[in-house]
Amino acid sequence: MLKFLARRFINYLVLVFIATSLAYILASVTFHPENRYTGRNPPIPAATIKQTLEERNADPGTPVLVRYGRWVKGVAHGDFGKLIVGDEQVTTEMKRRVGVSLRLLLIGTTLGAVFGVLIGVIGAVRQRRPADVVGTVGSYVLLATPTVVIIIVVQTVFLWINHRTGTTTFPLVKEYNSNLSGWDFWWDRFKRLVPPTVVLTLFGASFFSRYQRSAMLDVLGSDFLRTARAKGLTRQQALFKHGVRTALIPMMTFFAYSFGLLLTGAVFTETLFSWDGMGKFLIESIQNRDTNATAAVTCFAAVLVLLSGMLSDVLYAALDPRVRSSR
Amino acid sequence: MTTVEPTPLLQVSDLTVSFRSESGAVNAVRGVSYTVQAGETLAIVGESGSGKSVSSLAVMGLLPASATVTGLIRFKGQDLLSLNDKRLSKLRGSGISMVFQDPLSALTPVYTIGDQIAEAVRIHQHVTKAQAAERAVELLDVVGIPNPKLRAAAFPHEFSGGMRQRAMIAMAIANDPDLIIADEPTTALDVTIQAQILEVLKKAKEVTNAATVLITHDLGVVAGFADRVMVMYAGKAVEAATVDDIFYAPRMPYTMGLLGSIPRMDVEEKQPLIPIEGTPPSLLNLPAGCPFAPRCPIVVEQCRTIEPSLDPTDRSEHFAACHRSLEIGQRNWKPADVYARPVIPQDAIAAIPREDRPVVLELEDLHRSFPIRKGTVIRRTVGAVRAVDGVSLEVREGETLGLVGESGCGKTTTIMEIMNLLKPEQGRIVVLGNDTNGLSADSRRRMRRDISIVFQDPMASLDPRMPIGDILAEPMWVQKYSNAKIRERTGELLKMVGLSPEHASRYPAEFSGGQRQRIGIARALALDPKLVVLDEPVSALDVSIQAGVINLLDELKARMGLSYLFVAHDLSVVRHIADRVAVMYLGRVVEVGTSKDIFDRPSHPYTQALLSAIPLPDPEKERSRERILLRGDLPSPSDIPSGCRFSSRCFVFAEQLDAEQRNKCKEQDPGLYPMADGHHAACHFATVREVV
Repeated sequence: MLKFLARRFINYLVLVFIATSLAYILASVTFHPENRYTGRNPPIPAATIKQTLEERNADPGTPVLVRYGRWVKGVAHGDFGKLIVGDEQVTTEMKRRVGVSLRLLLIGTTLGAVFGVLIGVIGAVRQRRPADVVGTVGSYVLLATPTVVIIIVVQTVFLWINHRTGTTTFPLVKEYNSNLSGWDFWWDRFKRLVPPTVVLTLFGASFFSRYQRSAMLDVLGSDFLRTARAKGLTRQQALFKHGVRTALIPMMTFFAYSFGLLLTGAVFTETLFSWDGMGKFLIESIQNRDTNATAAVTCFAAVLVLLSGMLSDVLYAALDPRVRSSR
Repeated sequence: MTTVEPTPLLQVSDLTVSFRSESGAVNAVRGVSYTVQAGETLAIVGESGSGKSVSSLAVMGLLPASATVTGLIRFKGQDLLSLNDKRLSKLRGSGISMVFQDPLSALTPVYTIGDQIAEAVRIHQHVTKAQAAERAVELLDVVGIPNPKLRAAAFPHEFSGGMRQRAMIAMAIANDPDLIIADEPTTALDVTIQAQILEVLKKAKEVTNAATVLITHDLGVVAGFADRVMVMYAGKAVEAATVDDIFYAPRMPYTMGLLGSIPRMDVEEKQPLIPIEGTPPSLLNLPAGCPFAPRCPIVVEQCRTIEPSLDPTDRSEHFAACHRSLEIGQRNWKPADVYARPVIPQDAIAAIPREDRPVVLELEDLHRSFPIRKGTVIRRTVGAVRAVDGVSLEVREGETLGLVGESGCGKTTTIMEIMNLLKPEQGRIVVLGNDTNGLSADSRRRMRRDISIVFQDPMASLDPRMPIGDILAEPMWVQKYSNAKIRERTGELLKMVGLSPEHASRYPAEFSGGQRQRIGIARALALDPKLVVLDEPVSALDVSIQAGVINLLDELKARMGLSYLFVAHDLSVVRHIADRVAVMYLGRVVEVGTSKDIFDRPSHPYTQALLSAIPLPDPEKERSRERILLRGDLPSPSDIPSGCRFSSRCFVFAEQLDAEQRNKCKEQDPGLYPMADGHHAACHFATVREVV
């Protein structure tokens, strides 16, 4: 198993390198950061522009491949270059933002997965009965509604709660309030986490529940459930001990990958709740025509896919003995 | 004087089961009554769709929610239909337990065998986890799993089919039940494994003293196993009697038909089988009258209007649902009197001695191996599965060669090599005098006219989206026949296999299994081939249908002067159709000879074991028969034993040879030694043993 994972890791690493390089080259060819400085009033001296761009390895006068070569050299030493805006290093900014995304998404996705599995299993077991219909209709409505609309609806609900309680029980913007300290600071921070987590849980649950429902339906008709009941387990015991356990296997790949991709994909949630996470960072970098930052975010996303892939392999093997022995 | 009837262990009265479906209620069971006394064995026999499995699942309370069950089911006096799932689950596994058909899908793939058995123990007994695990190992030992302690930690996919079924039985006897229901327990298994499993079931019965309900379609299995038999047809019991009465004095034409249609290995002469015409009725809208009336050769007017009930006959403890059962008894009609044995035209070519006929297919030292590779980035070969390991065969014109052996012996690989018409890995394939080595693409395509194939599964081998006219025309398009000729030939082919030309525009789904296989045969005959390869052509069919297809094959062969290579695992079918038989084991032919040689004078220990494993549909013969049980499963073809490849399972090697002789078996790979003219066996110590 370890050997297998090591081999997979090397494969993935090659992929990460290729994906990041492509992103870098594509960005350097299409972005024209020099345009940010031209046509300003008063005009910025050409020498200053050139120096600023050169510091960021974005001088249009240098051939793309040469810039790429320098960038690779830097990356090999853990240096992703400087941001276009401001004087920060890309890595410093990323470190801050990864933490934000993790706090926001870890809880939301986990809750989404748990609720999704539950709703899916209940839907399959009570197929076409009221509980299933509610789950099905609910998740389709959520999946069909534009993300922005859902976020605004959730925000409206929390606004209404705030309104009814008379105080700002759940602040709807920012991750924390730096004016508070100690216990209050953390309590406030937790309350700020609630609304975006609700949004992410809703997404996750509606998505996962559809897959879990069909995975469970496949298992429901299987012979081994009948055997489990013939042994003397009640329908419910058999369903949980033998059914859900088996129906979870195909979900593992799905969980792992969707978690990895969510980390950079929660753009709307981050933007509308004013959390400075990775999703927002990607959009900002592209808007700023920042090749270094864009390549770095792509690299980060690729590494997440790598980790998700490894995670799903491990989870799969942990849950399914058939896979274990064939490797 | 009145005798007090003992309270039956299980009493089922007037049981009905119907399923909701889109086109109406499907009445799967329509009023079935039976009793099972403590310790006895009842066999429920019927074809697919007769309601035999559904009625037993109703007893277990394991039918899906779409089923409606009425009637009375009493187990030890307790009314099961009135119990809820929770109370019923206390009985399931402890009072009544069940063994299912397909042991791979019936075991949960993610738990170990030991855990699954231990779970059964812990549900009903208050023991610790460790005690339950210990008991699971004990149970695995009882059902004959070697090395039970080690094997308990294995997962279902690491077990062979036979071992999985043993584990299922271990689970069934874990709580010492009073009744074991076995639903087609051996259907998915090879004959040699079937014989082992039936022994295990008998042992399980002895250990637990439980009554057994055996559900099966195979009358052969019933003969040696059951005390009483109930025959089901279209959701009803049509005959119930002691096992001897069912076989020697049947009173219902359907039972007689079943008995007549099973190919028998113990008959002397090759004679046509007696098929039951038609197909079982749909349970959706059953017409009035006896459901068997449309297929019954002795039907009278009354049968079409009034459905007969299961009434006593002239014999005691014998019930039959037939208006003419008394008459059948009085006139002492036997199956052969009720059903006319079809006359199959004599093969003209049979008059020519075999040696003077041209060779249609010749295999010489054919090899085919599949490399086992490992690694994802750098693939390297770590071994080889030697699927076909030196097979030599010969089929002459107008002859049927039966190729038999257990699954995994290389039968299918052999015929796929032939059908490829390519240069084999090693050895030679000669079809109608042309060596496949060095054949041009064009001549290879032309050769495909002369050799065709019929596949096992008539469901999977016909494209469901093509009307059967197109299915039959396809080989002719490939060979560039003119449209007019194709149209004419399609009608002709359909008539030839007993369908009508108007059927050409219908789709495969509109036909029954037997009809579909006839279409498969028609497709194979489209190009007027010389040689037809038949890959298990009847194994997916019910017995009453199977007989008709076998007779059709026999008839077509005589009429068109065909030669057959008939691949099968069912030796009784082979006895009926084959002139010569080759027995394969682990990629080699171990014995070859005429049908008579193989069945009456089997000389290789493997052939003898194979024949002895086949149950005979004759209770008296079954009771007196000594069975040769082979130990274990077929070894893996990637790890073939040295010397004689059968030595690891050979009973002669294990019980009758001295050390020096054993050394010979271990060291020398036996060749095919001649036993008699045209009869060869690959054994150093071949001796004739009568086993049928």
